[in-house]
Amino acid sequence: MLSMTPKEITERKALRINPAKTCQPIGAMYAALGIHSCLPHSHGSQGCYAYHRSHLTRHFREPVMASTSSFTEGASVFGGAPNLRQALKNIFQIYDPDVVAVHTTCLSETIGDDLPSIIKKAKDDGIIPDGKWVIHTNTPSYVGSHVTGFSNMVRGIVDYFSQSMGETKDRINVIPGYVEPSDMREIKRMTEEMGVKSLVFPDTSDVLDTPQTAQYAMYPKGGVTIETLCSTGDSKATLALGPFASEQAAKAMETKCNVPFQVLDLPIGVSATDRFVQAIMDVTGKEVPESMEYERGRLMDIMTDMQHHLLNKEVAVFGDPDHLISLCEFLINMGMRPKYVITGTPGKRFDLRIKGILKDWAPNAIVKSDADIFYLHQLIKNDPVDLIIGNTYGKYVAHAEDIPIVRFGFPILDRVGHSYFPTVGYRGGMYLLTNIANTILERKDRDDPDEFFELIM
Amino acid sequence: MSDKRIMNAPAIALDDFVEGVVDVYPAKAAKKRRKHIVVRDPAEKQRIEANERTIPGIISQRGCCYAGCKGVVIGPIGDMVHIVHGPVGCSYYSWLSRRNLFRPRADGQNYMQYCFTTDMEEKDIIFGGEKKLKAAIQEAYDIFKPKAISVLATCPVGLIGDDINSVSKEMSEKLGIQIIPFSCEGYKGVSQSAGHHIANNNLFKFVIGQDDIEQKEHTINILGEYNTGGDTWEIERVLNRCGINVLSVFTGDGSYSEMRQSHMADVNLLMCHRSVNYIADMMETKFGIPWIKVNFIGIKSMAKSLKKIARFYDDPKLTERVEKVIEEEVAKAEEGIARYIPRLKGKTVILFVGGSRAHHYQGLFRDLGMVPIVAGYEFAHRDDYEGREVLPDIKVIADNRNIEDLTVERDPERYNPRKDDETLKRLKEEEVIDTYHGMWEDMGRGTMAIDDVSHKELGMLIKKLKPDMVCSGIKDKYVIEKFGVPSKQLHNYDYSGPFAGFRGAVNFAKDLDMLIHNPVWKLTTPPWKKKPVLKADLTVST
Repeated sequence: MLSMTPKEITERKALRINPAKTCQPIGAMYAALGIHSCLPHSHGSQGCYAYHRSHLTRHFREPVMASTSSFTEGASVFGGAPNLRQALKNIFQIYDPDVVAVHTTCLSETIGDDLPSIIKKAKDDGIIPDGKWVIHTNTPSYVGSHVTGFSNMVRGIVDYFSQSMGETKDRINVIPGYVEPSDMREIKRMTEEMGVKSLVFPDTSDVLDTPQTAQYAMYPKGGVTIETLCSTGDSKATLALGPFASEQAAKAMETKCNVPFQVLDLPIGVSATDRFVQAIMDVTGKEVPESMEYERGRLMDIMTDMQHHLLNKEVAVFGDPDHLISLCEFLINMGMRPKYVITGTPGKRFDLRIKGILKDWAPNAIVKSDADIFYLHQLIKNDPVDLIIGNTYGKYVAHAEDIPIVRFGFPILDRVGHSYFPTVGYRGGMYLLTNIANTILERKDRDDPDEFFELIM
Repeated sequence: MSDKRIMNAPAIALDDFVEGVVDVYPAKAAKKRRKHIVVRDPAEKQRIEANERTIPGIISQRGCCYAGCKGVVIGPIGDMVHIVHGPVGCSYYSWLSRRNLFRPRADGQNYMQYCFTTDMEEKDIIFGGEKKLKAAIQEAYDIFKPKAISVLATCPVGLIGDDINSVSKEMSEKLGIQIIPFSCEGYKGVSQSAGHHIANNNLFKFVIGQDDIEQKEHTINILGEYNTGGDTWEIERVLNRCGINVLSVFTGDGSYSEMRQSHMADVNLLMCHRSVNYIADMMETKFGIPWIKVNFIGIKSMAKSLKKIARFYDDPKLTERVEKVIEEEVAKAEEGIARYIPRLKGKTVILFVGGSRAHHYQGLFRDLGMVPIVAGYEFAHRDDYEGREVLPDIKVIADNRNIEDLTVERDPERYNPRKDDETLKRLKEEEVIDTYHGMWEDMGRGTMAIDDVSHKELGMLIKKLKPDMVCSGIKDKYVIEKFGVPSKQLHNYDYSGPFAGFRGAVNFAKDLDMLIHNPVWKLTTPPWKKKPVLKADLTVST
């Protein structure tokens, strides 16, 4: 397993090996699926949308619908406008979505297709039926990562839809970040539980976790409606969860509709969730219901109940910046020690933020953005850890080095549950912690010699 | 062959159905799509349109040229480093996402679990990526000391004019190893198919015929077999039992070192006609190696293919051994599938996959008593449907004009006809070598072929024809299952396999039985929605 990886770490400037990120368009496609009756559209060659659909399908085990401009060599030379126009004409007649959410690719970005003018012309020429929307965002694959693509599409949603009618309504916007349908569902539930009216967007719940009823629907019931999206400009505040995925859209909302915003960490783990709940209280003046304090209490209870198994365990974590920021804090809350923290997404503020979180409890941790899983593997080869937390690609390192792994983040291609059970909020914390604790205990059972094999742990 | 065809389903007037399917499109698109759908009538000489542009906005299964080159043909070669020159995504999505199993050889070289890319950034797009590519090749060499490196281009590389050929040449001279460039930018051609061709060309130019070894008796190559779920190994097991040695496989469990020796084989066995027929043709011209079209999927097909190989060798001892192996293996496999046949018999299947499997699997379904009613390819050409007889009639479309057709000549030293002219002529006439009749020959009257099927068409087929099972790939799988119809992925086998060969047939039968008879399909509707609504008045009447 990964037997060619040498222990010796050499500096690499050009070669990326086993990336801990992927390209922008997949994130844009995922975000667009959080709009009701929306068909994401990839303005590029067919391979892009085929890969993105395949990968999202593997992660969610759900139909993932999208279309493409099917660039050929001619379009790449002469521009993709005719392809997009033809695509829009076909899409509205054949698939009849309410919204087509176009994102670019490295191909269309490199040739410089001007989407706003192509879309405007299509509208003027009657290719876009009345009452239907074509929105867009630029997602050059050679900038940032899939998280950037998500962020760009959410910003595109704000740019196109959000309007201010001038009357501030008693409700808040929540941009949930690049999280699972289960997480978006949980965020809605939490605000509801607090008696707060919230507009959560994008929202892939009931889109990418649809029930099996033997009745296929191309546009499932879920996703945020256009009406809701348009009304986001009248909310009293926006809570942007995860600076990397959500801040950009919240800022755009403020500029466009004068809605103030707060950028928070993803509410993963007890402290980040506390801050989310506190922010809702501050903005809305609502109190935390007893039921939610009980939820919190139950999470605290597991944390104290399991502490003897968790304390001082050294952990390697990799994945997306917003997830890792909150995860590291959660691990520290539990007395665990993040040792290697790796993201593929570029961004120095990630390094600074994580180092700040780890400074008292894990000051020697190696923290690196714009890095890869090959590097993480080499670090582990030199000095191992007790546990790896990351996406499915980490399982090769885990297997090679015989270290247990908890799957967390995007993508998870080999296990089930992530799209159904949240990791955000207090309940999500319980699920995540249960996973972590049980994985450690499972490993202990596997490793213990007979005479130390214990009934009660 | 069972006769239960769509024609016999009383509710379906087939031609009306086809018109209904294409009517969902705008007129221009409908006219084009109509030519990709054929209701089979073997009495007629029929034509299907294929290898044409997918109409923008129509959701199809297809991917790109890069996916065909790197994802399909080059990726499975496990003892080479494959560097994808481009932004991170293309390399990332083709990293372990196909199930091309690989076992390292004695030299221990195994890069199958790795993903290498230049991860181009904005500055590389603006100022050019050649410098970064050079540095990446150097770093790969310094860390791994591989035998060879491939460089695969993605869309922006061609657009900004990075010259991967000269970079590869320069670095190859510097490092003393082969560095093979593949200009397989995603926008080339109309599907993965262009990428297959580009991969074939450069494997032929750079790899095949590079390492002369002693020619061993009864030695073959397998072309177009990708070792999904271990298929190659099951095929090898049977061939080895027959006394046939596998020299190299293109490219399942593929070894660069073995491919360099592949010109020393007696004959090429061609599995996937679409993805590797170019190499088969070129090796025949250059080295004098004929090819046999085989189909190792299904018990009868496997046995038939083995017999073809025996006829090629025409060696009584080998023939006897092959016959014996067939007898034993067929008996065992038939015993293995017997218990499933009553449970699968008569079940109808729709299959849309690849450039060969939609044909190959029809035989296996028939072994199990099942009935393929509709089949189609994702990226095939007309010859894969209609047979190679139509090759002279196929015009190269504009989109494919830039995909090079290599001019191949006899190798002055290595050309060595494997049989005398007369025998070759006879073998050809007897259709043992150099012959493929395409999917047509296995599709009877009243079945339907659909090329480059769309999402809309697939949905309509499922609703109208109510098949017992649909075989496709990951993008369709959960669509199909959300219709309440079980789906077996024939690209990645739903993480099962092997399905090739004799043992594979039994695995397949077992999987299908599980899938079709899974109790869960009966539970999708809650009980209260199944029963007629009882309007009994529960209040006590007075």
